[in-house]
Amino acid sequence: MRAAGIVLAVALALAIQTTLARFLVHGVVALDFVLVVVVYVGLTSGPASGMLTGTVAGLVQDALSTGVIGIGGLAKTIVGFLGGIIGTQFIVAQPLPRFVVFFGATLLHAALFMGLYVVLDVREFGTRPYVAVLWQAGANAVAGVVAFQIVEFLPGAVERRRAAKPRLRR
Amino acid sequence: MALEDIRQRTRYLFLVVILGHILLISAQVNSRRGVPVLEAVTFGVFSEVQRAASSVVSGGRNVWSGYIGLRQAHAENQELKRQLADAQITMQAQQALADRARSLEQLLELRDRVHVQTTAATIIGATPPSPTPDFRTVTIDKGTRDGLRPDMAVVAPLGVVGRIVVPAVRSAKVQLLIDRNAAAGALIERSRAQGVVVGTGEERLRMEYVSEVADVVVGDIVVTSGIDGLYPKGFIIGRVEAVEKNGPTFKRISVRPAVDFLSLEEVLVITTPPPAREGAEGTSE
Repeated sequence: MRAAGIVLAVALALAIQTTLARFLVHGVVALDFVLVVVVYVGLTSGPASGMLTGTVAGLVQDALSTGVIGIGGLAKTIVGFLGGIIGTQFIVAQPLPRFVVFFGATLLHAALFMGLYVVLDVREFGTRPYVAVLWQAGANAVAGVVAFQIVEFLPGAVERRRAAKPRLRR
Repeated sequence: MALEDIRQRTRYLFLVVILGHILLISAQVNSRRGVPVLEAVTFGVFSEVQRAASSVVSGGRNVWSGYIGLRQAHAENQELKRQLADAQITMQAQQALADRARSLEQLLELRDRVHVQTTAATIIGATPPSPTPDFRTVTIDKGTRDGLRPDMAVVAPLGVVGRIVVPAVRSAKVQLLIDRNAAAGALIERSRAQGVVVGTGEERLRMEYVSEVADVVVGDIVVTSGIDGLYPKGFIIGRVEAVEKNGPTFKRISVRPAVDFLSLEEVLVITTPPPAREGAEGTSE
């Protein structure tokens, strides 16, 4: 059930991501929903789940893009694994720590992703990619925190709605 | 324990996944030389393995072949040394045979030349000259069984050697002409001046009783005169080395022997008595 939810989330993130792919900031996607999902899964499900989610999502994302297949997968695998490590070693339950984790995860992902491309001399990222990376990190962090809040809010809202309906009937 | 096991498995899985990604990337990306990184890295790693294996194999082969080669070289060296030793021995034997043949040939020539009956003999011993300079003798391997008698002349291809003084059954002692007690009738071949050659115990002879007026010069050849009844006439004794005046009557003449007594090996014993002694023996009989 949980795995199905993860797959659904990844698929949804990929669909959104491909839709947003045309919105680039200095050659970098402004928001990486797939990465947000990977970090989220890592934080909530542990390093193994984060790693596998990162692998699958990254490879699919690479396959859908025109880059080298595996670079995004490698970066997301590492980020998902480390996100899982952080989630199991630290209490990341407040918005600020989550923001920091998502922000840092995005920076690490960008460093790995761009670094591998540069090292392999396959692709260039403009003169100032770090600006776009910082923007993306902030956007991902906000999206991650919001996602946590939404997911954590949804079960309570349902319960509240269920609890409110009988009262109205009375 | 179970939790730690799960973490350990996760780490291994992480490493496997990372390695898989690296391989996947390497298979797609070309290096600066246009070769896929995976292929280049794989080939590089495999070539290093090949190089190491080749080095080990070639090193082992070199060590093995060197060891075997060294052993073969050692064996070959030993064989060559043995062959060299054999060749040296053979050469020495051939040289000795040649020398002996040459010596015998000279003796044969001498025998043909003198027209007397002779017996060839080999010197088997000699008295050392230094302890007893007065007595210069050698021992030959022929004796009375071979017809040898006392006072038989002994000659060599180069000249007179001496006479038999003590014949045994199978050997005989020869008194050399340089013995202090030896003497032979002699004459200067060129001027026919007569005298007596006596031994001095050293390497030189002395010719005595040569007239003061006789024509003798350094370099004259001295031969046996045959009047002593021991040595046949005409055998070379030596060459005049010095001529001095010895009183009012005679000359003092130093003669260098024609025979090198130190290197004698083969001699001829003249078994035919000289005419003078033959006549004397016939008279006595």
